Amino acid sequence: MAFEFELPPAPNQEVQPEFGQQDLVRRSASSVPTPARKLTEVAKLIDVSKCIGCKACQVACLEWNDRTERIGFNYGVYDDPVDLTAESFTVMRFTEWVNPETRNLEWLIRKDGCMHCEDPGCLKACPSPGAIVQYSNGIVDFDHEKCIGCGYCIKGCPFDIPRLSEVDHKAYKCTLCSDRIAVGQGPACARTCPTHAIVFGTKEEMKQHAAERIKDLQSRGYKNAGLYDPPGVGGTHVMYVLQHADKPEIYAELPKNPKISPIITIWKGLTKYAGMAAMGTFAAVGVLHYLVSGPNEVQPKDEENAKRLAGDR
Amino acid sequence: MTNSWTDIQNTDLAIIMGGNAAEAHPCGFKWVTEAKANRGAKLIVVDPRFTRSASVADFYAPIRQGTDIAFLLGVISYCMQNDKVQWEYVKAFTNAPYLIKEGFGYADGLFTGYDETKRDYDRSTWNYDIGPDGYVISDDTLQHPRCVWQLLKKHASIFTPELVERICGTPKEKFLKVCEMIGECSSKTKTMTSMYALGWTQHSSGSQNIRTMAMLQLILGNIGVRGGGMNALRGHSNIQGLTDLGLMSNLIPGYLTLPNDNETTLDAYMSTRGFKPLRPEQTSYWQNYKKFFVSFQKAMWGDAATVENNFAYDWLPKLDVSGYDILRAFQLMHEGKVNGYFCQGFNILLSAPNRRKITTALSKLKFLVVMDPLQTETARFWENYGEHNDVDPSQVQTEVIELPVTCFAEETGSLVNSGRWLQWHWQGATPPGEAQHDIWIMAQIFLRLRALYQKEGGAVPEPIVNLDWRYKDPGDPTPEELAKELNGYATEDITDPKDPTKVVIAKGKQLVNFSVLRDDGKTSCGCWIYSGCFNEAGNNMARRDNADPDNAGVFPNWAWSWPLNRRIIYNRASSDVSGNPWDPSRKLLWWNGSKWTGYDVPDIAPDAKPEVVGPFIMNAEGTGRLFTLGQLRDGPFPAHYEPFESPLANIVAPKIRGNPVARIFKNDLDQLGTADEFPYAATSYRLTEHFHFWTKHVRFNAVMQPEFFVEIPEQLAAEKGIKTGHWVQVWSKRGTVKAKAVVSKRINTLICDGKPVHVIGVPLHWAFIGETKEGFGPNSLTPFVGDANTDTPEFKAFLVDIKRISGPDVVTVAEGPNAEEGDFSSLISDTLGDRSRTDF
Repeated sequence: MAFEFELPPAPNQEVQPEFGQQDLVRRSASSVPTPARKLTEVAKLIDVSKCIGCKACQVACLEWNDRTERIGFNYGVYDDPVDLTAESFTVMRFTEWVNPETRNLEWLIRKDGCMHCEDPGCLKACPSPGAIVQYSNGIVDFDHEKCIGCGYCIKGCPFDIPRLSEVDHKAYKCTLCSDRIAVGQGPACARTCPTHAIVFGTKEEMKQHAAERIKDLQSRGYKNAGLYDPPGVGGTHVMYVLQHADKPEIYAELPKNPKISPIITIWKGLTKYAGMAAMGTFAAVGVLHYLVSGPNEVQPKDEENAKRLAGDR
Repeated sequence: MTNSWTDIQNTDLAIIMGGNAAEAHPCGFKWVTEAKANRGAKLIVVDPRFTRSASVADFYAPIRQGTDIAFLLGVISYCMQNDKVQWEYVKAFTNAPYLIKEGFGYADGLFTGYDETKRDYDRSTWNYDIGPDGYVISDDTLQHPRCVWQLLKKHASIFTPELVERICGTPKEKFLKVCEMIGECSSKTKTMTSMYALGWTQHSSGSQNIRTMAMLQLILGNIGVRGGGMNALRGHSNIQGLTDLGLMSNLIPGYLTLPNDNETTLDAYMSTRGFKPLRPEQTSYWQNYKKFFVSFQKAMWGDAATVENNFAYDWLPKLDVSGYDILRAFQLMHEGKVNGYFCQGFNILLSAPNRRKITTALSKLKFLVVMDPLQTETARFWENYGEHNDVDPSQVQTEVIELPVTCFAEETGSLVNSGRWLQWHWQGATPPGEAQHDIWIMAQIFLRLRALYQKEGGAVPEPIVNLDWRYKDPGDPTPEELAKELNGYATEDITDPKDPTKVVIAKGKQLVNFSVLRDDGKTSCGCWIYSGCFNEAGNNMARRDNADPDNAGVFPNWAWSWPLNRRIIYNRASSDVSGNPWDPSRKLLWWNGSKWTGYDVPDIAPDAKPEVVGPFIMNAEGTGRLFTLGQLRDGPFPAHYEPFESPLANIVAPKIRGNPVARIFKNDLDQLGTADEFPYAATSYRLTEHFHFWTKHVRFNAVMQPEFFVEIPEQLAAEKGIKTGHWVQVWSKRGTVKAKAVVSKRINTLICDGKPVHVIGVPLHWAFIGETKEGFGPNSLTPFVGDANTDTPEFKAFLVDIKRISGPDVVTVAEGPNAEEGDFSSLISDTLGDRSRTDF
């Protein structure tokens, strides 16, 4: 009998573990040269039907990323912390849902966190060059040295994932454990999951594995079981197996058809060029003003006014 | 467990009832996941709450806490009446055909022989009808009205689906669906595994809860087979080891029993422990009892245990009562009859029922010694923590001594898991500060006590001064030395009975296993069932070969399993009467024409003829017991009794409150509440984010479940004006707690006998020290009464009342929600509700 958790093998050497700057395909507010090679696309598959909501992944994430989360309160739910934070890159979202067809209760437990979109809204919204990058294996990563804390990535994310730190005012989210994957280890959450509800491998393997899981779920009566890999963002590198893939919104408002906000598209498209044109115009006007009126120098009257103001104080 | 964690992957149907494996045993639960993924196995969860296990189950059925026996007798009746029986198994491998004595009966909730004043039975009629040949009379047609099968059929038949619904609150169609799924496993090629834990044991009918499922498993032919069995999921990593080593007041290691004080001689003690076979040619392995017992005495007192002094029998304590369980011990302490208490690895202030009584009892001690790796509430029972420990320290004279000990990762030794595997582990960290190993502390205390006895004499010094203490460093015995002692060794040269010149085992050599134990003092063995764990082949517990021939799930060379490295006990029952596997695709042990062979170590003599010797060799009749004779105090069959505090009277026996033979002390009887005063049925449980009272000291566990809460059904919440996140007060006849309310669909209101029963859930992990918010535990509320057989406290069913209160403090914006006092609903809607980003 084959052990299911030997499939897929993790860490998977074929994933081309060693990757770096030369493998960037996107860089926020700047461009990158076309990489010489294409890495195999990776993915994390979260099987909601196998998740028991134990939160071991949350702890593993905090431990591996060396975060310090605040001890909160009970707010009348099992969700703790109650939302993503700059410390907690992943949280379990618990939903009590009564299936209208069977009238049976289902407790839907979805691990929330960065989806690592093929078409990343955060990166597109980011105004700081190189603060958000995407590797050719699909990982979307933040470079906190370059983050200016503007929070645009949060607005740009169709899944509302990044969070600004109250401490260093930089944005944080799941890195897909890029530091672990770069040395041939699977993500901390996948490695700790006791039921193997979280698995990691190449995107192709994960899709195959998902297909088997969906078949099994369908045999158990979940006729709408399916894979969540939304095309609106070009597919994701974190995918879900859902018992009710026709209704992703029942899983704590998982977007049915996530897209990058048109504001970002406009901002980064037409508006960007219009803005640059406007800035160019203002610069030209400034030059013209200098040429016509000369430099703006401090006059004796200005000095007098300044002294009076200081004396008043 | 009869089977092992790894064997659960072989099942077709896992039933989690009386437990919550996904929540409380998430790592072990992965084997259910394996069975589901690889075999297409199904999972059923029967529980008052829709648990984390239920969230991944194929079918969930609700049940009112404390009514499992009615439910399971209903399933048994369904199987008996619908031909969902593994007939060959039942006829050959159970006591179904045997006749019971004339005069045995059951009426109005009581079996014959009840004495109301003693709250006990005369069990003489609960026995087999013995023929002139000295053996039990059997009717292989199962038709005789006094045969076990017919008696059981009659006993269970009243539990119709309608009655089950009235008692348990399980809707009839859901109950029938469970019956149907279970019934399929009566096939020879389908097996069901039962996974249970404290959800069954912590009831006044706890032992009978488990027994009822064991009976069902026998009827389905699911004992001794791969993917079957009765699998108790152990909560602490070594609680199985605790039981095996007899760390209970009435046991000695290896499930031997301590003598009663009327058994004044070894002969008197042995006279009731002969275990003569009750059917022809049966093994009746307990006939070896004296070998195990004498070898144990040799392990205790070495050379001082001699034939002349009956192997030091007089030095063994004798019981004047059935046992000094935790409830009796604290009753005596409460009465001021106990001077000192050693609390080793136990947070009794939170672990025993009726916390107020425990606090009072501890306050009457002269001294309390707490040995623990962590700060415990028990060690600070005298300290005032406001409403969370409202005591007046000036009124407590108990001297408390704390001895910091190492935790599991800081020591070498073995841990026994639920599946009886003794797994050796190695020290991984240096103990902090002044922490010492428990063994070192106990040895140091012993040496000082022995010196005092040697110097001063005193009352009965012999057991102490003669204790065998042959360790290299008497002040610090090593785990290896202790393990070798448990395994046993030859105290003298043992010779071949046929050739006395030939030495079979030389003096001082480790014994291969318990098959060579002797009752003449030539062998020493601390725990017979562990014999084989550390023999001349070395430390078998340290083996780490994960090979699994034919993927049978047996893993025979990983660590070592008692008994004899056997992974599934009663495994001879995996084959039919002639010794051929019931299921060729899932064979375990089979007869090859001359001997038993297979993946596992045979649980029968290797050359025992299949048609002759029964598989249940520990029973004198060689078969599994559907009728358990007088072994359990409260009945040879299970009977439905309500919990001592129940929202309903007993429908089948309205005059009986609780279990009629469960012991209850007078002052505790007065502290039982009724449904008039306390209308809601409460239960206690654990959460996956925490481990008992340990992890509240760990920051990240505290982050995951920071604060004490109670769970209540939506209907009750609506009636009481409680919203999720509100502060509530919950109180019973014995105490009160304040908590956050978690209003949930998962803890639904049940309809029992036409009336709504609201269930309130009280999880266990909070108290007044640690990283988590200060809180309470269920033992502030629960009654001081236990199971009729084991005295395990009834933590799972009690009565409470509830009301909304204002919170202790307004939470600031920086700390949490900006909301009215104690009302967190706005925060929920802020963070959870407004998440409609689909149209972003």
